[in-house]
Amino acid sequence: MDRAAAANRIAELIAPFNKKGVQISDGTTFAGDLEFDSLTVMDFVAAIEDEFDIIISMNQQAEIENYGQLVDAVVKLKG
Amino acid sequence: MPHMTDLFSKFDPLIQQREGLLATGLTDPFGLVMEKVISPTVAICNGRETILLGTYNYMGMTFDPDVIAAGKEALDKFGAGTTGSRVLNGTYAGHREVEEALKEFYGMDHAMVFSTGYQANLGIISTMAGKGDYIVLDIDSHASIWDGCKMGDAEVVPFKHNDLEAMERRLKRIPEGAGKLVVLEGVYSMLGDIAPLKEMIKVAKDNGAMVLVDEAHSMGFIGPNGRGVAEDQGVLDQVDFVIGTFSKSVGTVGGFCVSNHPKFEILRLVCRPYVFTASLPPSVVATAATSIRKLMHGANKRAHLWENSRTLHKGLRDLGFQLGTDEPQSAIISVIMPDLERGAGMWEALLKEGLYVNLARPPATPAGMTLLRCSLCAEHSAEQVQTIIGMFERAGKIAGII
Repeated sequence: MDRAAAANRIAELIAPFNKKGVQISDGTTFAGDLEFDSLTVMDFVAAIEDEFDIIISMNQQAEIENYGQLVDAVVKLKG
Repeated sequence: MPHMTDLFSKFDPLIQQREGLLATGLTDPFGLVMEKVISPTVAICNGRETILLGTYNYMGMTFDPDVIAAGKEALDKFGAGTTGSRVLNGTYAGHREVEEALKEFYGMDHAMVFSTGYQANLGIISTMAGKGDYIVLDIDSHASIWDGCKMGDAEVVPFKHNDLEAMERRLKRIPEGAGKLVVLEGVYSMLGDIAPLKEMIKVAKDNGAMVLVDEAHSMGFIGPNGRGVAEDQGVLDQVDFVIGTFSKSVGTVGGFCVSNHPKFEILRLVCRPYVFTASLPPSVVATAATSIRKLMHGANKRAHLWENSRTLHKGLRDLGFQLGTDEPQSAIISVIMPDLERGAGMWEALLKEGLYVNLARPPATPAGMTLLRCSLCAEHSAEQVQTIIGMFERAGKIAGII
């Protein structure tokens, strides 16, 4: 999958959860910059999973801290 | 000298929140002591006679005369404890007898007794789902299920609470050939709601998964024989592993797994939380076996417990409290509080009225809720339930909830 296309789509999916309108870059962290709590993480991960028809297990989520890592993981999972 | 990092620092926010709450003069909701226990429904707390509405003693078996007699006899005959693992010197006649009672109770081929319900989930889940396998579980699962997932090496995939489609989508995305374990609960203990097991188990089976159902909060009174929600919905024969506990309706402590799987017995050798701990004391397994056999004939008590649950649910709803379920679905009636501060205030007002309920807060609760959890007992009289409703009315007004 094309990284830029995935990145754009993921950025769109972040928008409804980005309450403070934080500027998104590869280094933007979900817990720190976007202040996602565990409930938001669940809803957000579900949105990403359904959009790309993939599973991001909790084991994999533990390795994903920022936007860039998520884009890379989605591209890899889509193969 | 190198600087030592205080490993307790991570708890500072919780310490501060707790100190802030207690500084307002509230009683510590997590430090209550039962000074004397009079019956399954009444105890002395802070010198005051208190109605118990926050125990898991659903069937009131803790003071059953036959249960107590069995425990005393086992204590005399077999001593205070086994001092050993089930697979070494820790299996006495009583451990076998309680496993026989469980097999009969559930109509299943195999039963394995653990020292606690927590260990039963921890052991079965971590042992059954290993590296390369997938666990698909409800996001509102009990801590013992999550810890079982964490202890094993399987991929852990949660889905939204009781959401059949969300579960199905995740099952269908699992790579071909991978082992799959779906983990569900009959009754979810925070809100007291039940799972649509019939539909969920069908989807799990259609997608080649094995199914584990935790029936901790349903044993003894849900289903025609008190076997739980899966029995009530007619799908118990589809469940690969039923997990249960002795610390609720059975009235003592301990955990178990029952199963029809022909290879089940091998778990006794490979399940670490079963092997590497001491077995239950003889008196405990004797009380459990007696209690389980009596629960097989508990139809009248079950009917009274349901009556209590319906009466309390309606009474609290009519007073204007916000409840966890629209209809009573179990013996747990959950009252939703606006926040921790007012929840703790209401909890204390109830205690001063002479009523004990559970104050539940995150991370135990879903969606960050603060709950006052009421769990009914078959031994609560109809009169006690009316008294309880009156206490809620007075306390709710004092605490500004209604």
